[in-house]
Amino acid sequence: MTPELHSFPRLAPGCRLNEKTQQPRTLLMPERALRLNGPSLEIVERCDGKHTVHQIIVDLQKIYSKAEPHKVEQDILGYLILLQKERALDFQL
Amino acid sequence: MAISSFCKKSALSTFSCSAPASATGPFLLNMTSTMPNPLALIAELTHRCPLHCVYCSNPMELQSRTNELSTEIWSRVFKEAAEAGVLQADFTGGEPLARPDIVALVRAARSAGLYVNLITSGLPLDEAKLAALVEAGLDHIQLSFQGAREETANEISGTKSHTQKLRVLDWLRRHRVAVTLNFVIHRRNIDQLEEMLALAESSCATRIEFANVQYYGWAFANRENLLPTRVQLDQSLTLIKREQERLQARIRVEYVVPDYYAKYPKPCMGGWGRKLMLITPSGDALPCHAAQVIPGLAFENVKDRSLREIWEHSAAFQKFRGEAWMQEPCKTCDRREQDFGGCRCQALLLVGDAAATDPVCSLSPMRPKVDAILTGINTATSAQIFAQPPWRYRLNPA
Repeated sequence: MTPELHSFPRLAPGCRLNEKTQQPRTLLMPERALRLNGPSLEIVERCDGKHTVHQIIVDLQKIYSKAEPHKVEQDILGYLILLQKERALDFQL
Repeated sequence: MAISSFCKKSALSTFSCSAPASATGPFLLNMTSTMPNPLALIAELTHRCPLHCVYCSNPMELQSRTNELSTEIWSRVFKEAAEAGVLQADFTGGEPLARPDIVALVRAARSAGLYVNLITSGLPLDEAKLAALVEAGLDHIQLSFQGAREETANEISGTKSHTQKLRVLDWLRRHRVAVTLNFVIHRRNIDQLEEMLALAESSCATRIEFANVQYYGWAFANRENLLPTRVQLDQSLTLIKREQERLQARIRVEYVVPDYYAKYPKPCMGGWGRKLMLITPSGDALPCHAAQVIPGLAFENVKDRSLREIWEHSAAFQKFRGEAWMQEPCKTCDRREQDFGGCRCQALLLVGDAAATDPVCSLSPMRPKVDAILTGINTATSAQIFAQPPWRYRLNPA
């Protein structure tokens, strides 16, 4: 299952990033927490219901311009699916 | 409501996601980590509760309202907790909504930077209060149910409470907050799991916790009438496995087994003084819910010392931290870093020595004591097993 490129990923109710002033940055979820850094943080910060999957891919390909663009895309899609399986993410159309 | 599952809190952890195969290059999703700090603060805001559940995990000696910490002290505790690295505050009780300052407490914990989880019976709730809690920053609500059927639920809680809970479920749809349904499981309701799942499926819950009763406090006093039979347990395990697969994409189903039937003990609290800290209504800092049953442990109070000082130096937290206290067979056991010797309170309650191996462990020389309890249950007739019990209901504090 691949997320629709033009859908808008949004963190599910009860799932949110801790504040910018708090280190390390962490995705907080019911009874769970996930430390984020680098690309994973860049992805989750954009799961705000305002960026499409496609926009997230384009943004990160720019930030990680030394990485192979196709790999970046595959990693992002894999990560979004994983977050959805954890019930941390919804895709809005 | 104070849920009785002691090990469930060990579920709070960073889940480590293996990076996709292609991420071995410069684009690496690195997500594994360990946290040496306390991760969760269990805030027992009050022992007052409209329910009288026969398995309540509160101690037999309950704190009265006059001893409860003030809003100001709790707010300081939340700040200190966040500074010490705590991620989550679990508001529990008693019934945390019995505190008139509950909205202020949610706001204080959230502004301190904590993830705020409310464990409630839902009884003192109305929709305006729910809206105020969510507005104040409530992240997650765990609504307790005593059964899927009204008559079971009312008998176990000693209160008419079920209809109100269904009303709360309905309101929850309209508010942006994560919802978990908590069912405490025992002999009288373990055959209703399918009905409980149906209730969850018809709601907006994304998690359901089935936690078999763990035997401490009031539950210990009612154990003979709460322990399920082996047949019941086996049937429930088959059902849960099937339902976990069926509901995979929608509802996360957690199941905590009764550890008397387990081969190895639960990693109680994720290890003593390793992940969790519990603050009683009067401010005592405990390494676990039941720690007060262990003789000779002195607890420090958050009114006198900071949370970090207590976490790092309190004798009660040091007592069973790490491995130095362990006896055989734990001392040289390969599993000691997995289950940390099991539960200290259970060792005390069942064999009279808090430093002994948890007697539910099949490697414990005291395991026959647990087996004798199970044999008593599993050789009784069905009429004996399901006879109307002389329940010992949880009382309310003065």
